[in-house]
This record gives sequence, C-alpha cells and structure tokens, in this order.
Amino acid sequence: MVSTLIRVTGDWSLAEDCTAEAFEAALATWPRDGIPTNPGAWLTTVAKNRALDRLRRAATLARKLEEMTAVTELEHLDPELSDFPDDRLRLIFTCCHPALSLEARVALTLRTVGGLTAAQIARAFLVSEATIAQRIVRAKRKITEAAIPYRVPEAHLLAERLSGVLAVLYLAFNEGYSVVAHTSIADEAIRVTRALAQLMPGEPEVTGLLALMLLQHSRRRARLDAEAVPLTLEEQDRSLWDAAAIAEAGELLNGAGRRAEPGAGRGAEPGPYRLQAAIAAVHATADSAAATDWQTIVALYDRLLTVTPSPIVELNRAVAVGMASGPQVGLAALERVAASGALDGYYLLPAARADLFRRLGDYSKAAAFYRVALAGAPTQPERDFFARRLDEVGG
Amino acid sequence: MKYMMFVATDPEAEPYDPAQDNIQEWVAEMVARGVNLHGDRLRPIEDATLVRVRNGEVLVTDGPFTESKEWIAGYDMLEAADLDEAIEIASKHPMARFGRIELRPVWPFEE
Repeated sequence: MVSTLIRVTGDWSLAEDCTAEAFEAALATWPRDGIPTNPGAWLTTVAKNRALDRLRRAATLARKLEEMTAVTELEHLDPELSDFPDDRLRLIFTCCHPALSLEARVALTLRTVGGLTAAQIARAFLVSEATIAQRIVRAKRKITEAAIPYRVPEAHLLAERLSGVLAVLYLAFNEGYSVVAHTSIADEAIRVTRALAQLMPGEPEVTGLLALMLLQHSRRRARLDAEAVPLTLEEQDRSLWDAAAIAEAGELLNGAGRRAEPGAGRGAEPGPYRLQAAIAAVHATADSAAATDWQTIVALYDRLLTVTPSPIVELNRAVAVGMASGPQVGLAALERVAASGALDGYYLLPAARADLFRRLGDYSKAAAFYRVALAGAPTQPERDFFARRLDEVGG
Repeated sequence: MKYMMFVATDPEAEPYDPAQDNIQEWVAEMVARGVNLHGDRLRPIEDATLVRVRNGEVLVTDGPFTESKEWIAGYDMLEAADLDEAIEIASKHPMARFGRIELRPVWPFEE
C-alpha cells in the first residue's frame, strides 16, 4: 500500500502518514465493528481517501499540476487490487539506490519495505533511535530533492542495481544475525528477500541469497552455548538445526540451477550468492564435521574465487583445505594467503593458524596465535570463544 | 530536473590520455539529446580572484584558496529526467575516468 501511494503521489511522507493513519483507524474500528471481509482493500481505501483529502487541499492552495494529476490517478485506484507487485519492486530498488549511503539504504529498506520501527532498527545497529530516524529522513529528502527515480532500473542497469539490492539485504541480515537478541532484523531481511524472489523469479542470485540466508539462519538455535559463546560447526548440536529451512534452501538451489541452464543469459554461471549457498548447503546436509564433503567445499571456494576474488574467501578456502587434506596442507595454503599481506591485522587469520596448530598437536604455537586472535577480536562473545580455546591448549 | 555537473580533477583517477578524450563526442551527443543546456571549462586556480566584503570594505585578493588536489575544471548545466539519467550522462563524460564528477540538483528560488 505504501509503495503504491509513493508511486502515485511521489510523496514519501504523505504515503507513510496516510498508511499509518489507515492502520490506526483499523485499530479503532475493527474491534468494535468486526474485521471487514477484505481487510487489505479496507486499509487501502482509508489510506487512499486520506491521501486524496490532503492532496485536494494542497492542490487548491497551490493549484499545482502534479497534485491534480495525482488526485485523478488516486481517484481511479482500485482498492480491490490489493497487491501491487510492481510498486513493491520499485520501492525496493529506490530504497537501495547507490546515491544513498549504505547505512541509509539499510535503514530505509528495513523501515519502508520491511515495516520495522526506527526503534527496532536502532537496537539492532546499536545506535540511538534518533540517529536511525534522522538517517531515514535525510534519505527520503535526498530521494525527493535529487530526483532519485521511483522505478525498476532499465535492463542495462538491472544486473548492477540488483546486486546492490542483494548486498543491502545481506548486510541487514548479517547485522541481525550478529546480534543474537535482535533476530527480528534477520527475519525481516529474509522476508524481504523472499518477496523479492517472488517478484523476480528469473534471477538465480536472488534465490541464491534467500537460500544462503535460510541456511545460515537454520543454525540460529545451535550456534551459541548456554553462556552465549559461539560454537564452531564441529561443536554444534546438529539436531537443533532447522531441517525445514535447510530443505527449502535445497529446493531453491535446485530450482535456481535449473533456471540457470545455458541459454538463460547471465544466470548461466552461478553467482557469488548461489556459490556461498552451495557451500553452506554442503555443511547443512552433513551428519558431522568429519562426515562433511570438504573436497566439494574446496572446489566451490575455487569457483567463488574466480567470481569474486577476495582475501577473506582465500582464507576460508585454506581452512577448508585443512579439513579436506589435513592441517599440514592447510597451513601451507594459509601461509600463501598470509604472504599477500592483505589480511595483516585481521584477527581471523591468527585464529585459523591457531586452529590448525591445535589440530597438529603443536599447542605452544596454537596458544601464541590464539592470543593474537583474542587481542584483535571485536566482540565479547568472540573474545570468550578465543579465551576458552586458549585455555584448552594450556595457554 | 536541472543538475549542475561539476567536473573536477582527482589525483586517484587514471592519468589523462588525450587520445581517449572524447569530449567533442560527449558534447555533440548531449546537445543533440537536449540534456546539456550549457557548459564550459574553467581557467585554473592561478587565474582565480577572491572577493570579500568585510566591515563594508571590498577586499580583492589573489587567494588564499583552499589547498586542494581536486579542483573544479569545468561545469555543465544538465536537464535530465531524473538522477539515473544524470548519472548516465555524467558517467559518459571523459572526466568521469580522468577525474571525478559531482552532480548537484538545482534548487530554484520559487520553491
């Protein structure tokens, strides 16, 4: 409803205010009069009438052509057509426009597409509600003043803009995922990604991202111990993994694969989200860490590196090599990654080294590297994790 | 929608290559499309003059200008449908490669 009002009126605040008023009216009258047969159409009608009132007033005052055009279009809007999928898609692309700062894109998407409150977003991002509210106000102002278009980008821009949208959704998901108490953000990111997958069924990277989120989220009940210290995949109780989510992700990946057969254009070669989801799926379907098909994971990392070369992916690949071919081979792979210098000062590099030395039984070297990782870990749960490991190797 | 396009230098951009400079083509295309209202190069900072009025007195000086490696080398006034079209126009300008371009929406006084 919000998305359609924005398209017709071009006024974000008006659209949001009128939608909010429609919900308030529902809260006031439905308990008394009962829920209408078509609640969506009821809400749209109320919001539409509120918008018409305001626009007619503004149009009479200013005699402005745009407002008169919007009034005419609103008058012909059929509330029975409860769902306006094209408008939702427009809204997602506009909220994720690259001319907005990344943090504004995330906040605006969660607020306007996802419907979370500024307070909910603020809690997840560990900033004040006023900061989030201001980010959203500034972003909306820029959309209006700089004339950021309200539409799905043209074909030649679509691939680039879509990958921008996916990056925003994945960032929102990860923020929600990293703060355990606020999984509502992760849930919301999944919900919006699911809606996007329905709106753009021919895009394998959208279903790939949805599968990746579902697979990561499937471990939400298993990934921490009773003291909220993170557990490795090896330590997690796999019976706590969400089997339904894993199954859904598997179906999404198979479906995305079928649609991406040769001839399907740019979907032919799997993109980074599908490859990451494929890696997560190998983990998710293994009975234990030891029974995991590590060779396949290494092969998938190799393909991921050709699509998106990155030192972090190389680090993860080296860890997988350590599992597939033994810690000695893993350490050799890790040394090659470290030699590039790109990961100097990154705490997960000493953490990976420490882990491989621990597997080799070289506890003094393991302890030395765990100490480096502990000093660089950014969050308390991770510091607890490394402190525990350090303890285990007698540091 | 009008945008002022500031064309600026940028030490981090790729070095200027006269053979790759297709500014004539850019101007021809944008004028033909009716999206470039007017534009020009600007003389370097050495030729600039600073004017201030302080305590009612006009002060004219040869600087000081903010020391910057990114100075404005030209401008174009664009008339574009929206920001996406303005971005497309800016991205085709040779100085998007050899420098950087800033798009500022025009803020008319009657609003």
